[in-house]
Amino acid sequence: MEDMLFYDRMQFAFTITFHYLFPQLTMGLSLLIVYFKGKYLRTKIDKYNTAAKFLMKIFAINFTMGVITGIPMEFQFGTNWAKFSDLAGNIIGQTLAMEGLFSFFLESSFLALFIFGEKLMGQKLHFLTGFLVFLGSWASGFFILATNAWMQHPVGYEILENGKYVLTNFSALFSNPWLIPAFLHNQLASVVTSAFVVTGIGAYYVLRNQNVEYGRMFLSTGIVFGLVSSILLAFPTGDWAAKNVVKYQPATFAAMEGIFETEEGGAEIILIGQPNMVEKKIDNKIAVPGILSFLTYQNWNQQIAGMNEFRDDEIPTDVPGLYYSYHMMVGLGTIFMGIMALAAFLLWRKRLFGSKYLLWVIMFATPFPYIANTAGWYTAELGRQPWLVHGLLRTSEGISPTVSSGNTLFTLLGFIGLYILLGLLFLLLVGKTIYVGPESQKH
Amino acid sequence: MEIFWYIIISILLVTFFILDGYDFGVGIIHLFFARKENDKKVIAKSAGLFWDSNEVWLVVAGGMLFMAFPTFYASVFSGFYLPLIMVLWLIILRAISLEFRSQFNAQMWKDMWDKIFGVSSLLLALFFGIALGNIVRGVNLGGIENGISKYEAHYFFLPLWDSSFSPGNTHLGVIDWFTLTIGLIAVIVLAIHGANWIILKTNSSINNKLKSVVFNLNIALLLLTVFSLSIWHIVNPSPIKNFIDKPYFIIFPLLYLTGLIGLFFVKRLKKEIYGFSLSILVIIGGITSSIASIFPVVLPSTNDVHASLTIYNTAANEYGLNVALGWGIVGLILLSIYLIVQKRFLGGKIDDMDYGH
Repeated sequence: MEDMLFYDRMQFAFTITFHYLFPQLTMGLSLLIVYFKGKYLRTKIDKYNTAAKFLMKIFAINFTMGVITGIPMEFQFGTNWAKFSDLAGNIIGQTLAMEGLFSFFLESSFLALFIFGEKLMGQKLHFLTGFLVFLGSWASGFFILATNAWMQHPVGYEILENGKYVLTNFSALFSNPWLIPAFLHNQLASVVTSAFVVTGIGAYYVLRNQNVEYGRMFLSTGIVFGLVSSILLAFPTGDWAAKNVVKYQPATFAAMEGIFETEEGGAEIILIGQPNMVEKKIDNKIAVPGILSFLTYQNWNQQIAGMNEFRDDEIPTDVPGLYYSYHMMVGLGTIFMGIMALAAFLLWRKRLFGSKYLLWVIMFATPFPYIANTAGWYTAELGRQPWLVHGLLRTSEGISPTVSSGNTLFTLLGFIGLYILLGLLFLLLVGKTIYVGPESQKH
Repeated sequence: MEIFWYIIISILLVTFFILDGYDFGVGIIHLFFARKENDKKVIAKSAGLFWDSNEVWLVVAGGMLFMAFPTFYASVFSGFYLPLIMVLWLIILRAISLEFRSQFNAQMWKDMWDKIFGVSSLLLALFFGIALGNIVRGVNLGGIENGISKYEAHYFFLPLWDSSFSPGNTHLGVIDWFTLTIGLIAVIVLAIHGANWIILKTNSSINNKLKSVVFNLNIALLLLTVFSLSIWHIVNPSPIKNFIDKPYFIIFPLLYLTGLIGLFFVKRLKKEIYGFSLSILVIIGGITSSIASIFPVVLPSTNDVHASLTIYNTAANEYGLNVALGWGIVGLILLSIYLIVQKRFLGGKIDDMDYGH
């Protein structure tokens, strides 16, 4: 039983982590594409149109990867988490089916039209198809976050005698207090990823001294998007999301922040240190007193509950994993703000394109938002453990009762092999597209 | 309300098999009949252009099934664990073969992806047919052995095969000689369907030859259909009982028969769209006849201890189904609009259409 749970969790974690590498770019990138296409409509300067179409090529590759790695996500609810699907399918089936019907069709239909239909449709309609692709991809994120919000903080249900959760209030799924902060935080994180990818490509072109015109355009637009989104990411949306954790999952909050014991007076914020689970303390700690209480309650002396105040079966299963995920997310987020602020300053002083060192930094920063996004989701998901539906259903009670661990290990290994191949091919294809550059598509 | 959702999901699934079905068929035809590079390219393109929007139908059908019949979803997806995951792998392999084929202009690179495309299409068609066979045959619900249930009443688990390969055995496997027969029928039907699609959408040099291929495959289809009907009673003791009780169900086998007979005249059809329409009839008729023969059961139980899964004992609660009706209708209207818009701009032969990257 322990083995079954372990392999089921590993497979879901592996496949969702890989899957989310792609949507986190497409959601943000669609916004930038709409921006460039819109700018072309207003200014009629060709290079904005070329830029939009070039980015849509990168979008399309990522979209394909997102689709083919996304189908296994939907299937796995049934294959590996049958008990959960049976008990909660009444509720999460709603939001998942809505995702398919409202966003997936929208996105895929209009992506095809955007790519093949520019000459047939005229520019205004072409802009509209781009906008609908954006709308579809964000709606997709919304429905997935609504599903996750119900698992983090279940609302609008009742429990039947046979143990099933059934929906009693449809609109509660969308007015769930967990949903909007999580959704905004997630979407902004996606904009940060796409902004870093676009500025990364821009820096590459400027440093390579090819496609320089586009390189500068990508840099200056990407930096504005990146600065604004990375600030909004921390405040207010990150702040809201954290306050939800304090309110609805206080044990998770204590674990995330690495608070083992409740301290008299205000709680310190731990910047660096390793959780020592044996002695229940943080090793090599660097902390600032009072800040955590202030950030959480706007009061320097407010007490914050430590893990000692909760039963063992309420505390997240993997405290160090959760603590590191959270700290990686916050630390990287802070660095992103710094990079973008510096770049924006130099852009304003008109010195950015000559600042070789910063351009190298921007180029090599490209993978890090992916790490931060992943760490953010690990914070949410490890933080929910040991619950599958917080307060209602233990993760161990949600797995498929009939699928043995041998079978799951077999399919997990298969997924690992296949996804490594997929990842290599993806890098090859995206690399080639970027290397060839925006100009080549004007045949 | 259960019947309504049953019909909606059936329509979604049948649409998926019509749309992505020609993709699979194109892959099978491509594997066996495309020889010239130009034909290979244009045939792969006729599938590659639309595969992702076709596959969305599967995702939506899956989502709807999850929402409306969660118990069925949980039971079937965990019970057929291995074949389902393998289907996922095949879907992924097929998709990347379409996307990566044109990336490098080297013959071996293209040949490699062509083979993967063909083989994965063939296996997918086979697996989907086998799946239908399993649904009709039923499974050992609750995992009864010597009168004792291993699992709760609506769970089961099937290995890929049992060494007996017999649909009558107490130990069942996903693949036995009955389900394999249905799988072969699916391969042939989709190959015919794919050939009709190629004829409709391209000007490939083998279009005329493909009409003979359709004709010959159709003979095989007729023989296999007769064979499968003659053995049907082994897995389902009263195959025609449902059709006698509900005489209007006879429309479904009639659709199948019309398509099957019509396809023998494929060489004399005036318009290419007629051939494609006939293979659509075969697909609709084949799937609907099979599921109608067990309706309202959706998964028969092969033991006497646990009842079969029906649309009634696997459905979500009334409230959930009702609200879903509201947004479902809105969604389907929007969907029709997208399809009309897409059709308007991307109809016609695709040979010269400029394909993406």
